Amino acid sequence: MFEFIISHYNYWMYIGLMMVGFYAMMVKRNLVKKIIGMNIFQSAIILFYISTSVKKGASVPILEHAHEGHGAVAHAVDVMQYANPLPHVLMLTAIVVMVATMGVALAVAIMIYKRYHTLEEDEIIMAMKRG
Amino acid sequence: MILSFDLILLLFVFICAIAAITIRDLLSAVVVLGAYSFFMCLLWTEMAAVDVAFTEASVSAGIGTVLMIGAVSKTKRRSND
Repeated sequence: MFEFIISHYNYWMYIGLMMVGFYAMMVKRNLVKKIIGMNIFQSAIILFYISTSVKKGASVPILEHAHEGHGAVAHAVDVMQYANPLPHVLMLTAIVVMVATMGVALAVAIMIYKRYHTLEEDEIIMAMKRG
Repeated sequence: MILSFDLILLLFVFICAIAAITIRDLLSAVVVLGAYSFFMCLLWTEMAAVDVAFTEASVSAGIGTVLMIGAVSKTKRRSND
């Protein structure tokens, strides 16, 4: 059991990062702090996906000797030599979506500040109740 | 993948995440978030995901930090929590 916990240390670390982001989203009252928490949460999930592609002794997924022989000499690719590139490609999209989400959230926060002149959630709710 | 390097980078990422949500000055928090993104980028290079690493360095640490600084300069810099 102890060995299982130690050997999966990266998963525990990602769960910890995810919980830091979730705490900031739920507990912090400042809107920019909430957006920072959302950013941390999303990148923890991306980190989890990338970590599934890691192999022991594998290197960067770029083919070795790919430019020799002009296609006539087809050589077998040793899969265990390269990290799995499929999660990389999927998470490349997720990073761009992360920044786009953050931009929209910041635009909404700026509009809220223009209307209520504060970024604190409790003060905004008070102002909304006053009418 | 080197175990000790991986552990040190994960520790730095965790420290930066904790610091980014506890600092009350929002501009400092945003800059610490940029440092968090760069440590994440190092972690991915170390995990042999170079394409994700340079996308993170340019998009998340670059444009993301610029957007955040712009938003903070348009609104208030102090935070209550």
